[in-house]
Amino acid sequence: MSEAMDITVTVNGEVFQKTIEPRLLLSDFIRHELNLSGTHVGCEHGVCGACTILFDGMPVRSCLMFAVQADGHEIRTVEDLGTMENLHPLQEAFQEAHALQCGFCTSGFLMSILPVLEGTTDLSEEDLKRAMEGNLCRCTGYQHIRDAVQLAAEKMSSGSES
Amino acid sequence: MMAKLIGKRITRNEDPRLLTGQALFVDDVELPGMLHAAFLRSEYAHAKLKGIDLSAALERPGVVAAFTAEDMGDDWAPGPPLVIPPPTIEDVEFYTRTQVPLVKDKVRHAGEPLAIVIADSRYIAEDALDDIVVDLEPLDVVTNIERALEPDSPLVHDDLESNLAAHLVQEKGDYAAIRESADKVIKRRIVIERGIAGAMENRGIVASWDNKQQQLTVWDTTQSPIPIRNGLASMFGLSEHQVRVIAPFVGGGFGPKIMMFYPEEVLLTWSTLKMGKPIKWIEDRRENFYATTQERGQIHDVELALTNDGRILGMRDDFLHDTGAYDPYGLTIPLNTQCHALGPYDIPNFSSDLKVVFTNKTLTTPVRGAGRPQGVFVIERMLDIAAKELGIDRAEIRKRNYLPRDVFPYDNLIIDQAFSSFVIDSGDYLPAMEKALKLIDYEKFTQEEQPKLREEGRRVGIGVVSFIETTGVGPYEGARVTIESSGKVNTATGVGTQGQGHFTTFAQIVAEQLGVDVRDVHLVTGDTAQFHWGTGTFASRGAVVAANAVNAAASIVRGKVLKLASELLDTPEEELELEDGVVRVADIPTQFISLGDLAQRSNPLRGAVEPGTEPGLEATAYFGPKYGATAFGTHAMIVEVDPETMMVEIKRYIVVEDCGTVLNPLIVEGQLHGGVALGIGNSFYEKLVFDDNGQLLNASFADYLIPTAAEIPTIEIAHQVTPSPLNPLGSKGVGEAGAIPVPALFAQAVENALGVDGLEILESPLSPQRLFELFHGEEKDA
Repeated sequence: MSEAMDITVTVNGEVFQKTIEPRLLLSDFIRHELNLSGTHVGCEHGVCGACTILFDGMPVRSCLMFAVQADGHEIRTVEDLGTMENLHPLQEAFQEAHALQCGFCTSGFLMSILPVLEGTTDLSEEDLKRAMEGNLCRCTGYQHIRDAVQLAAEKMSSGSES
Repeated sequence: MMAKLIGKRITRNEDPRLLTGQALFVDDVELPGMLHAAFLRSEYAHAKLKGIDLSAALERPGVVAAFTAEDMGDDWAPGPPLVIPPPTIEDVEFYTRTQVPLVKDKVRHAGEPLAIVIADSRYIAEDALDDIVVDLEPLDVVTNIERALEPDSPLVHDDLESNLAAHLVQEKGDYAAIRESADKVIKRRIVIERGIAGAMENRGIVASWDNKQQQLTVWDTTQSPIPIRNGLASMFGLSEHQVRVIAPFVGGGFGPKIMMFYPEEVLLTWSTLKMGKPIKWIEDRRENFYATTQERGQIHDVELALTNDGRILGMRDDFLHDTGAYDPYGLTIPLNTQCHALGPYDIPNFSSDLKVVFTNKTLTTPVRGAGRPQGVFVIERMLDIAAKELGIDRAEIRKRNYLPRDVFPYDNLIIDQAFSSFVIDSGDYLPAMEKALKLIDYEKFTQEEQPKLREEGRRVGIGVVSFIETTGVGPYEGARVTIESSGKVNTATGVGTQGQGHFTTFAQIVAEQLGVDVRDVHLVTGDTAQFHWGTGTFASRGAVVAANAVNAAASIVRGKVLKLASELLDTPEEELELEDGVVRVADIPTQFISLGDLAQRSNPLRGAVEPGTEPGLEATAYFGPKYGATAFGTHAMIVEVDPETMMVEIKRYIVVEDCGTVLNPLIVEGQLHGGVALGIGNSFYEKLVFDDNGQLLNASFADYLIPTAAEIPTIEIAHQVTPSPLNPLGSKGVGEAGAIPVPALFAQAVENALGVDGLEILESPLSPQRLFELFHGEEKDA
């Protein structure tokens, strides 16, 4: 086993300094070292997308990265969106469109879709499909997620105009 | 009572927690001093265990303990059967062989656990698995169910004469006689292979024995927390009240999470009792492919006897069902298959010989659909073939055979999975079919569009199938409804929740009875410390059995509210109304009392609660239906097959669903979408491939394809409402309905699209490769 390493990583705006094993997965670091358990782990081989987080603004599978790779980088997780009392428009849209059932894959969808909508709220059918097809959901059949993303796009575009 | 909330599209109470990452899943449980477990699993599917040496693993820094079957001593025992074989079927043969906590003598499927390692971290526990030296002597493997019944087959259980796990024959009327007088007898073989449930959350358990409190707490991704509590208590000699099982938010169930008892449930509990420390085990995806139960896997030899005008005279369906290495779940799946092969049709003569077979594969237990998709596939495919051979339209042949609407309750005269006679409570099939045909424009597509597109060389096809689904079976569920002094309402029920929206639909029922806001009804599910009577979430029964128990409890509380308010407001009960969290005198808006005040008055700190009365505004009630409520519907689809790649594009998908009273259309539609998506996976993308050595060749999400957003079309849903007469709400289950008819529909539509004479699809799932072989007339690889 190799030597522990010190890392400094900014998560949801807060700076964390931790000493960790180099082999520690970023997903495990987020969940079990930082206790941000909103990021879920579904397959640990980079297919299901449940563990998606934003890494310097880009969606990545946190199960496919080591925590040490995050040294000096900035991470956003689902906990950085709205609160239960004050949901982010994307979260609101998910509730309104019934885009989640068991909710296990949901954080991953939110974090995959968020940067897309922050880039543009003018999505074609094809854009929509591309924004979603990297994440697996077994409950919803995706239709209500599609509805939610369209609804969120409306909310976020009118929000940015006002 | 006017329905104000039941039937409304109300968004979910549970969503804010889930959306913000604040909902508790099992892997989110963190306890001080918690240890982590990993299981060593057999790579071989069939092997004699000659020895295990744990010493190197135990020497690894950070490893706290490791155990084999031998270490369990007298605590080692095969699991109790989950469902007993049906005593009501004559001459049933059933050989109970249940799963073991750790392999003692021989391995019966790849992935069976050999040892448990407990360490300071999951990483160390998994490292230590590599330190274990195992001496396994490989044995010949049997994976194919027909091969398994041959006299020289390897035996999965050496103490049995063969791999036959069960045999039973069900008959009604006289098939053999009617066959002789039939105009047409069609005979086919139908093969259905296995798939997984594929919940996004793998299984997980945290078990914690507190020696000072003498209390065992188990967080478990189970669909059935109460039976798990009772079983663990009985296994380990504890009082049921010393055991608390919590199924918190569970990331999808779909059936396998109701299997009891998984070896890991036993091992984690046994280990924490021995060590006095909390232990966590979280399954990884690869383990999920090998160690979590699976379904489908049948071979049917079917005959359909008809008149020349397409009336079914009788059916024979002899089939083999693959139970895998053990059979703890009894006959639930194949009995469902047998019953649903009758479909919504009037089939006066029926004969079905069922053999359940042991193989060296992971065990099968219900997966969303639970045997029903196979039965539907069988009858619907046979009707398609009959229609073709008799020159009758596919929709028309179904219409000619539907049970008429005035025949219900209709007794099918065979035994169903609840071991009672298979009675259909209600139904009205023809309008559902007509509606589907209209929505998909069947006439126009088949008469105009399809011929035109065919001329252009495009392979487009249409399909339409009907199905029934037995739902909401007993024995019972219960609920406790309490109005708290804040005026908010607490409701507890025993069923666990895996995304079905219980926090909302049950709240709607309570809110409707008590005149409160849906958001003010707080629901607790799946915690045995809160409610400890019930069975679990399975068989599409939440909206029927649990919902009616909730309704019954809320209705009793309503009665208590009215009685007390009537006294306090000095007004007859009939003149009171419950609205906005208060009881008010109708027409006099200023005369009211809040539910919170009533709750306080009903639970005084001084004075006396009168003899024969109870304090508080609370009630517990149960609901147990005599038999299941049978939902039904028609699905239709239009597909186009690319003749080069054999990829199938679903151009339209129509669902006409009748699940009785719809409690919340938003949630029902979500259930249907998800069911259809799983059905599409079952039809074209998802197939577990075992090699002859019992090795699973596609045990990852990279190789086993769960459909993504790109594969699932828009699903157009229409409702029809035929309330069940068996429960006050009139509801029927809908959790599995979406998945059930899809493979049959997919096969029909694709076969129609290919439009090749003599090409019949008699298997499921398909794949582009397999369609290519069928299209080019190639034989299937052995």
